[in-house]
This record gives sequence, structure tokens and C-alpha cells, in this order.
Amino acid sequence: MTLSRLTIHELHEKLTSKEISAVELAKEHLHRIETIDTDVKAYLKVTADVALAQAEAVDKMIANGEKIAPLAGIPMALKDNMCTEGIETTCASKMLENFKPQYDAAVVEKLHSNHGVMLGKVNMDEFAMGSTTENSAYFATKNPWNFDCVPGGSSGGSAAAVAADLAVYSLGSDTGGSIRQPAAFCGLVGLKPTYGAVSRYGLIAFASSLDQIGPLTKDVTDAALVMNAIAGHDHRDSTSANIAFPDYTAALDGSVQGMRIGIPEEYFGEGIDPEVEAQVRAAAAKLEELGAVVEVCSLPHTRYAMPAYYLIAPAEASSNLGRYDGVRYGLRANAKDVIGMFKETRNQGFGDEVKRRIMLGTYGLSSGYYDAYYLKALKVRNLIKQDFDAAFAKYDCLITPTAPTTALVKGQNQDPLALYKGDICTIPSNLAGIPALSLPYGLDSKQMPVGVQLLGKAFGEPQLLKVAYALEQNTDLTKLKPNQGKGL
Amino acid sequence: MITKEVVEKVAKLSRLELTEEEVAVHAEQLNKILETMDILKQIDTDGIEPLAHVLPIQNVLREDEVGECMPREKVLSNAPEQADGMFQVPKIV
Repeated sequence: MTLSRLTIHELHEKLTSKEISAVELAKEHLHRIETIDTDVKAYLKVTADVALAQAEAVDKMIANGEKIAPLAGIPMALKDNMCTEGIETTCASKMLENFKPQYDAAVVEKLHSNHGVMLGKVNMDEFAMGSTTENSAYFATKNPWNFDCVPGGSSGGSAAAVAADLAVYSLGSDTGGSIRQPAAFCGLVGLKPTYGAVSRYGLIAFASSLDQIGPLTKDVTDAALVMNAIAGHDHRDSTSANIAFPDYTAALDGSVQGMRIGIPEEYFGEGIDPEVEAQVRAAAAKLEELGAVVEVCSLPHTRYAMPAYYLIAPAEASSNLGRYDGVRYGLRANAKDVIGMFKETRNQGFGDEVKRRIMLGTYGLSSGYYDAYYLKALKVRNLIKQDFDAAFAKYDCLITPTAPTTALVKGQNQDPLALYKGDICTIPSNLAGIPALSLPYGLDSKQMPVGVQLLGKAFGEPQLLKVAYALEQNTDLTKLKPNQGKGL
Repeated sequence: MITKEVVEKVAKLSRLELTEEEVAVHAEQLNKILETMDILKQIDTDGIEPLAHVLPIQNVLREDEVGECMPREKVLSNAPEQADGMFQVPKIV
């Protein structure tokens, strides 16, 4: 019963010592999905046959005395925007309801070659546009901590599955906070890697200059282990970085002695819940107590990030989503002529938020508005990056809230602009391409988890993991489990 | 200010067909969203280069080697309609 609560590294030990088998572990998770996911609704598709076959293969390897990878035999879930060969990949859209990709995404290949066990594909906001998972064309996912709350989004299924112990870890994608905000809302570790660290090959594109795949895990060690498996150069993604990737677990030494940590004052302004702010300041104080040098600093262009992002991301989306025309895959609506077919297919296939972003993006790119909106936003993006460059000349890492509030209440999120404003803490790091990690840090008075965000310089994931691990080793506030009775 | 006519033009460019009611909703929402974007005008960006991409990567090249092609049937496996080994669409001209 309690097996499903364990982390990757704990389960790896039990597998290698033959205390448990991979099949037993997979079956426990599949059983839990059958009994509990009827309430949580994290999974769009459960791939029980695949999981059991993969688990059996791992058990054979163990029986043969082979050394297995840290992720071997560990059950996981994939956000449904990552292509899985022959297995439905819907992006939670009616547009791709019956789409079965002809190939695996690079990250899926990597998890398979590490002998991971795929439990299934999990829910999200349609085409990753949203922050509640209420924009799924299929159903809303609940927050395992409180079923009246959203799990966050767009990787809400990825977060809910791990928080409810329906997967040991999951992969999400993050364009403006879509890994970190759901991780914060569900009490998990979520890491958006540096742009270019993880291949986007086979990730269904939303905004290509911002999208990045990363892990949602139960602790910091697990995040490092998943990064070890998924990071790396891939010639099929022309924006993939061709550098030497580190062993991310090497950073987990528990020490922050002498590290320089900045608290950017702009992240504590209007709209930030005082209870969230208090937890972030408590985490900063803890780091100081542990020997870090903590100082207030400034990222002066922060307030311009949200407007710049909501011009750039929809512009890229309007272009990327041009491919859904009913010709080669996905939905096709019948019409007399080809233009009619395009229009009717897109009308029926896309939900409201997707249409809104396509409209916004097309407007910002259209003749007469391009310079005032899209080009201006790209210049502002440069200023935001320059803010970070200046900050990281002085600091190893910055500490901020992940989201202005804890989990939002379900069914009360109809104002698009209000939701966009909820992304203010996560968006700047996507625009600058830098890594960012959300770490759970205590609960608010509603007994919901608070997320603390750590920001680092490009390819500075080791520093983020180091700081997060030090916090994790020195306080129980990072080890949170839903058990309050309102959810699980 | 985004008028109904602008919304209709953008919808046409986006290959979306909006009902009259939807046009009104989009006009109102786009106006509200773009109002918040107006603060960008406060920043002086003269002489600032636009940043389309964060990585200092340009012209990524690879060897021009013949690779494996996906078989035609597999390429067509998701086609809503196909004929003679090709994607089929309604008559264009």
C-alpha cells in the first residue's frame, strides 16, 4: 500500500535488493489509478499493457544480475503533448482526439532506453494554454490536496498524478510556468530546465522559443535523477545545446555555505498573497541560517514580462498551430471547398482559450501592428534577459514565489486576464531561457502547499538543485503529502 | 481600439470562422488584454536588439547524409482522407 508513496531513489534500492519486483510496483500503481483516478482524473489514457511489459523486462534484467538504471522499473506519467508512437497523443484537444504519432518524442525514447515504466498520458490545458487544467477539452483534473481546487496548469495532470501517488514522477512542459505552477499547487518539486537542455523533438509545439520539458517529482534527488536521463544534445532539435551535460546528482551535497542568493524585490509586489510571501522569506532566512549570503536585489523590468510574454507566446502559437488544417492528421470537418474545410476544422477542433491566443498572436504579427506589438515585445525580452545577466554576475541564485497564490478554486477562473497575471513570477525565466525550480515550502492557512522558486543562470541547474537540496535536508517543510481529508 | 471589423479580419487570417456573438466577445477581451500591453510603450527600447532566441546558436549545420525515410503508409496513417498514396483534400480550383 505504501510503496506508491516512495521516491525514485527509494524504489530503486528496493528493486535492486529484490525486496520488490517492478511488476509488483507497476501493478500497485495501476490498481491505485483504477481506484483513485476516478476522483482525481489525472489520466487521459492508461497504458497498462505497455507498463506491465516494460516492468517484466526490468525484472528479467534484475534476475539476470544486470545493473539497472536509476529510472529502470519506475512507473511514470507523460503529459499528453509528448509524442508516443502508436499511442494517442491528444494535447487535451478535440483537434487531436484520434492522433497516434508515428514516432516517439526524444524524451520518451530516453525514458524507454532507461527502462522506465510508462503508466499513461496525463491531462493538461488544451495545447498547454492555461494554468488550471480546466481548459482540457475532455475533463478537469482535481487537486489531490483539495478536490475543490485546481491542480494548476498547464501540466496539471502531471502534478496531480504524482501528488496522488498515481505515478512516481512525471514529465511536464513549461512555456510560461506550466511545470512550476502546478508543482507549487500540488506540493511537488518542478524543474524547468535551461532552454536547449532537453530536446523538444516530438513535443507538440506551443511557443517554440519558450517551450521546455522537465520533471515533476516528490523530492530534489528525483529531479536530478530524471534530469540525468532526459538532458542532452539532440541533432533533431536545432535549438538543442551542444555542451557537456553534468551529472546532476553531483550537486546534491547539502551545503550552501558562502553561496550568494538574491531576493528580487519586484517579485513581492502587488498581487502576491502575504502568506506566500511569508513562506518565501522564511526559506530565504533558512538559507542565511545555513551559511548563504542573502541580499535584496532588483530586476527592474519584471513588470513588463507578462505583457511581453502574452505577445510573444501567442504570436509563436498562432504560427505553430497553423498546421492544424485537417489535411495530414487530426480532426477534419467536411466542407465544399478547401478554405471552408480549414475554417470548419479549426472552429470545431480548438477550444476558446486556444482560439483567443491564436487571435491575439495573429493580431500582434499582422501588418500595421507588428512593430508596435511583436517587435516591441522582443526588445523588452532582451531587457529582461539583461536584468538577469546583471543579477547573475552577483548572485548564484535568486529566490522568489513560484505563483502569487496557492491553488485556485475550481470553476472560478473565467477571466483570461486575471489568469495571465497569475503567471508573473514564472514568465520572466522562460523569456530569458534560464532554469527555474519550484520547491514546496510549507502550507498556507487553507492547508494548501506553497511553492518557492529558485532561478539560476543558463545551465545553472546544479546550483538550483544544490540550494533546493540543502533546504530539503534541513527542514520538513519541503516534504508535503496531501492528507487533510478534503482531497485524498 | 479593436473594432469588430479588425476582429473579423484577424479571424480570417487565422482561418477561424466566428459567429457574431464570438466576434463581440473577442473584441472585448482583446481590447482588455491589449490595454495591459500598453505599458510596454513606457519603456525606451531605442538601440535595443530584439531577442527572438535566447541561445547564442546560429546556422546549425549537419552532414548532408541520406537517412531513412518513413514508409509512405506510416506517413499516411493519420490522414483523415487519402487516395493513391496521397493526402486527399476537397477540390481547390
